[in-house]
Amino acid sequence: MINKVQSMKDAIAAHVQDGDTVVIEGFTHLISFAAGHEIIRQRRKDLTLCRLTPDLIYDQMIAAGCARKLVFSWAGNPGAGSLHAFRRAVEKGTPPLEIEEYSHFGMVARVSAGAARLPFWTMRNYMGTDLPVANPRIKTVTCPYTGEVLATVPALNPDVTIIHAQRADAGGNTQVWGLLGVQKEAAFASKRVIVVVEELVDEAVIRADPNRTLIPGMIVNSVVVEPWGCHPSYAQGYYDRDNDFYVAWEDITREPARLQGYLEEFVYGVKDRAEYLAKQPELQDRLRAAHRYCEGVNFGF
Amino acid sequence: MAAVAARELGNREVVFVGIGLPNLACNLARALQAPDLVLIYESGAVGAVPERLPVSIGDPSLVTGSLMVCSMADVFQLFLQNGKIEVGFLGGAQVDRWGNINTTVIGPYQKPKVRLPGSGGAAEIAVHAQRVLIISRLSTRAFPAELDFITSPGQRSKGKSRAELGMPGAGPIKVITDKGVLERDEETGEMVLTRLYPGVTVDEVKANVGWPLRVQDHLEQVSPPSQEELRLLREVLDPKRLYLGN
Repeated sequence: MINKVQSMKDAIAAHVQDGDTVVIEGFTHLISFAAGHEIIRQRRKDLTLCRLTPDLIYDQMIAAGCARKLVFSWAGNPGAGSLHAFRRAVEKGTPPLEIEEYSHFGMVARVSAGAARLPFWTMRNYMGTDLPVANPRIKTVTCPYTGEVLATVPALNPDVTIIHAQRADAGGNTQVWGLLGVQKEAAFASKRVIVVVEELVDEAVIRADPNRTLIPGMIVNSVVVEPWGCHPSYAQGYYDRDNDFYVAWEDITREPARLQGYLEEFVYGVKDRAEYLAKQPELQDRLRAAHRYCEGVNFGF
Repeated sequence: MAAVAARELGNREVVFVGIGLPNLACNLARALQAPDLVLIYESGAVGAVPERLPVSIGDPSLVTGSLMVCSMADVFQLFLQNGKIEVGFLGGAQVDRWGNINTTVIGPYQKPKVRLPGSGGAAEIAVHAQRVLIISRLSTRAFPAELDFITSPGQRSKGKSRAELGMPGAGPIKVITDKGVLERDEETGEMVLTRLYPGVTVDEVKANVGWPLRVQDHLEQVSPPSQEELRLLREVLDPKRLYLGN
């Protein structure tokens, strides 16, 4: 097996270039803040950032000047407030940000088409909404079998997709449990794939439980081992979502100076994830997951 | 409002849970009359039994003990588009007389005064769920004559009915507010005031709605939240008042 393990610094340097279309996926769960922060530290710019839910990580990357364009379907901070860097960009043009907007189903359909290497995907959707007016890339097609008019969205094929997972082997065979989001489709749709994991495991661990493998090593370019790499997002079975930080973000993002101060202290001011964690020693005790193991199954024949 | 919304859910119904107050109402219903309510979250949790109020719809507590965890492609294609969702529960920044919802922008799309989060899964829930419940606090700003943007379609959009537009689900049949409940008129699709909260007058509701609101001849009164509903909401489900407000 080819050993694909790299540091985050090397993986981002090798696979994320200025102007790239970048997907950091994970629906609430398993959002790689560690990768986002490294992209900010390496001062990548003119990126087209795609995610269903931009979340705090893209709010930070927009504030840091990494983004030229945002492709998304829900841009908020649930129960806590807004993504104010995103809002300043859209409402006031500071900094300018192009947007391309879908619904969740539309974004899911885009990566599904990309993963299947089809040019578009169809859905029964968008009748009566203004989304196709706002985004002319949402179109329709007439079904050749029934004559029904269906909505279409174009394939999304990112330059690089970055996903976080609980574990992988050195070849990039990656296992995920808990919410799966669109990570599988986004990875298969992408030209390059970086997998970030809580734990590097032996290939035998993967082979013992093959139904849990979401991403096969054959489509993975880099494996980065970054424990607690999702914080303030979460990794099921490892640590909880830092809901207090999500609430606190509202006051930080609302003030551009405070947001820049946050980036200075927790992104530019640290060299990697380990330093980020060392600055916040209370995190791990507060958020470490309780044990709720499931019993194994018999794969015998 | 959350308590009134929760009462709309029957036991064993399959409900697609939206973010915010719908999330609170569905979990209240599960704690009371609908312990076997099947909660489906767009994040992929099916039959979720959260042991704490999920702050977001992707909370880890939705996974633990759930019946199934699937990809989002499965949620939208195999459950929602397939017609398996009985109730869609949506919040709305703005709602119009046909139950169209705007959660996208206040002001023009290209240069909005306020940029809201956008659709999430709401647009397709409004298209496909067998019936949709909307929950929104009443104000002239939230209930304008004209929406700046239709994110999620209601009973009539751009002069056309749902049937004309080819939408599978029945769309919004009730709008639950903090002053009263509006219900769809089956003939016209218009949202009509049918129920009032205790102590609220028709004029008070009308003053907070941006269109000439139709009022049902015989208004019913909504019974106030019980001690148990209040206790669950305030002490168990939302002690930090993330959704209830202060």
